[in-house]
Amino acid sequence: MTLATFPDSEPKPSWSRYFSFNTDAKVIGIQYIVLAFFFFLIGGLLAMIIRGELITPQSDLVDRTVYNGIYTMHGTIMLFLFIFPVLNGFNNLLIPTMIGAPDMAFPRLNAVAFWLVPIFGSLLIASFFVPGGPAYSGWWSYPPVSIQNPLGHLVSGQGMWLTAVALSGVSSIMGAVNFVTTIIRMRAPGMTWFRMPVFCWTALAAQSLQLIGLPALTGGAIMLLFDLLAGTTFYDPVGGGDPVLYQHFFWFYSHPAVYVIILPVFGIFSELFPVYARKPLFGYVYVSLASFIIVGLGLIVWVHHFFTSGVPQWMRNLFMVNTMLISVPTGVKVFAWLGTLWRGKIRLTTPMLFCLGGLFNFVFAGITGVMLATVPVDIHVSNTYFVVGHFHYVIYGAAVMGIFAAIYHWFPKFIGRMPYEGLGKLHFLLTFVGANLNFLPMHPLGLMGMPRRVSSYDPEFAFWNVLASLGAFLLGVSIIPFLLNMISAWVRGPKATHNPWNAIGLEWLLPSPPAEDNFGEHVPVVISRPYGYGLGKPLVEHQAELEQALRAAELQEVSR
Amino acid sequence: MTSASPQKPRFTPVSMLGLAVLVLLLIALSWWMGQQAYHWLPVQASTAAPLVDGLFSFETAIGTFVFGGVVSVMAWVLLMHRAEKYDETDAEPIEGNTKLEVIWTAIPFVLVMAIAVYAIRVNTSLGVLGPMEHIHQDNPVEEVGGYPGDRLPTENVEVIARQWSWEFRYPDQGVSSTELHLQVDQPVRFRLVSEDVLHGFFVPAFRLKQDVVPGRAINFNLTPTREGRYRLRDSQFSGTWFAANQVDVVVESGETHAAWLKQAAALPLQSGISDAVEEYSKRAQKTNPGWATVPPAPPPQVNVPGSNNLPHDA
Repeated sequence: MTLATFPDSEPKPSWSRYFSFNTDAKVIGIQYIVLAFFFFLIGGLLAMIIRGELITPQSDLVDRTVYNGIYTMHGTIMLFLFIFPVLNGFNNLLIPTMIGAPDMAFPRLNAVAFWLVPIFGSLLIASFFVPGGPAYSGWWSYPPVSIQNPLGHLVSGQGMWLTAVALSGVSSIMGAVNFVTTIIRMRAPGMTWFRMPVFCWTALAAQSLQLIGLPALTGGAIMLLFDLLAGTTFYDPVGGGDPVLYQHFFWFYSHPAVYVIILPVFGIFSELFPVYARKPLFGYVYVSLASFIIVGLGLIVWVHHFFTSGVPQWMRNLFMVNTMLISVPTGVKVFAWLGTLWRGKIRLTTPMLFCLGGLFNFVFAGITGVMLATVPVDIHVSNTYFVVGHFHYVIYGAAVMGIFAAIYHWFPKFIGRMPYEGLGKLHFLLTFVGANLNFLPMHPLGLMGMPRRVSSYDPEFAFWNVLASLGAFLLGVSIIPFLLNMISAWVRGPKATHNPWNAIGLEWLLPSPPAEDNFGEHVPVVISRPYGYGLGKPLVEHQAELEQALRAAELQEVSR
Repeated sequence: MTSASPQKPRFTPVSMLGLAVLVLLLIALSWWMGQQAYHWLPVQASTAAPLVDGLFSFETAIGTFVFGGVVSVMAWVLLMHRAEKYDETDAEPIEGNTKLEVIWTAIPFVLVMAIAVYAIRVNTSLGVLGPMEHIHQDNPVEEVGGYPGDRLPTENVEVIARQWSWEFRYPDQGVSSTELHLQVDQPVRFRLVSEDVLHGFFVPAFRLKQDVVPGRAINFNLTPTREGRYRLRDSQFSGTWFAANQVDVVVESGETHAAWLKQAAALPLQSGISDAVEEYSKRAQKTNPGWATVPPAPPPQVNVPGSNNLPHDA
């Protein structure tokens, strides 16, 4: 095998490529992540207004119409413009480099999928400025509220919202086709299914869910757009339609969407715990397969979102048991991570702290999830703050913390510079305390009977709401050290070596940052399972020579 | 899933004793949390409430045990298994343990099945106490009204949900109100209808909730068990004044209830409670009233408006 050579006078790629129709998955990955964090700041600002309103019982900070628009846009932006794009960013960065592919299977489709995000993002943000304001019917957009169109104009916030969600669906389907094809067809020689990193397993599982579920939501949203604009009555009871039908279409996708979010985060945990515990992933095969058990079960749980809409008893029982069963494969993963940590040599780096904090929050969210699955308890707490607390533990407490872990872990690889540990640890501390202070009080509120989506509430709920608001403001502050860290590390952080964490994986056998075509013609042959920490077995053929060449190139760089 | 390489024995008598003490402590903590769980919920004011609370308490106990177990392992690892400073070496490579993996698949499975069996039982009892379904298929429970013979609902109340008000009609007495009055210990049958969008009929003290779906009339039965004043909250987002779409439920003794109905029937019709209508009229005077809204429906004309400002029990 010939070793990759590193030309010593490669022209430094210009930053302007991040603003162009570039087909390099690594550029697209960073485009996704940076754009997602831009929208994260907007969504976060809306959250601050929400918690500012809810710090007192009366509706006194903003008008109720404004509150409803803001909470709707907070949820929509955080899901469709932050969390899905940021995860697709990681799919773009990690899938090709982890499996040794030069790029995605369909690079131009990949770029189109990305550029749809700023298009529908702008559409959503523009809806703040149309007469009447943005959509206000919640991110579920249940009819008939969502088709009431108070001003009666053709262009309404709700119409723009539906168009944006449909475009988001199209973008995500394009992305899913690409990721699934790339993983199936473009793995390095020797990388059999059971030598594939767990992140790729979870990405494959999550993107399969996108392919199965998204057509239902996208179709359902287009039908709703027809009801709104063209006077059809798919969901409008006045014309014989059924509002509950929309709930089926919506949740058939939107519950699995939770797994689309959390599965790659499980992948991140499975990648990072072995690195920072210096041990192989405990029960690799079972952890890999568990993702697909979650996919199978996850497709038959959607009715648990509307147990109170009047579904028959047999359906309630069926969907309750299926929902609860998901805790079994999920538990397998949690125990596997604990098994990985057990008797390890734990290194509390910033990414590890975020993983541990994320795991802690996830276990808590899993327990409230089982409570929500059981119909009698769900009937009491559904549509209350208990649910809001539960899913914020899942999404912020576990998923966003996993995403931060991934950012700190792979930043050196793809940016080529090291983030600062002190700022990272401060960021972790503020995030962990802020998230728990913000989201834990929502559980007692829900149990006491405070409905979600309210702009005012009875005075007995004030105490826990004040705590939640303080936690939210702390979370707002927690973003400052993160942004400082990212910007300063990107501009002037210490240069990263090819493998600063001493991690095992194909991506760590590439220079930091990798060349445009990754391994190019010289894809190494994989000969072992991933995560061989302490086993002393090389991952690929000629690994020693490969690493030597990388080190030599790094030394040359330093001496220049 | 290969088994670990041969090791020095890990489970010394001392460590086994430590583990046993931890498990006992966790069981005690779980039991205590299960008891605490009752205090996190509002007062129990319907036949459904004790059933729901019992299930929630059971789930809290099991959840505490699982959470406590996981956090104990994490804490132990963080205290005992940290890498020494400058130790760059790897740990002992344990790749898996099939026996352990089978155990930690089986235990959660058994636990969730236990919860599921309990929940299905409660579910069935709740169905008997008052069916909440509008698609009844071949449900024999529905045909007898959900009650064994003599416990058929004695009172019918029609509930009309609007943007944004609640109206309660007592067809047998020809009474209407925007405050819900019920007789304690007597089953009541509601007929839930909506004139515009989805609403949710939610009384936290009863632990019951049912969406009100436009275009459908949904029968919904329950039995209040405790006298007092409770809140009825709209639980399905219904637009601008969703949060203000709340009224009181008064559960009273048989005599008081009969007297209330009699008195109410004699009262002339007047505008009932609608906070939305009040706020909407003030909104017109604002220079910057916010974003677009559907106007509220006019307040229902009822015999008794009731009050939204009295202290409530839950």
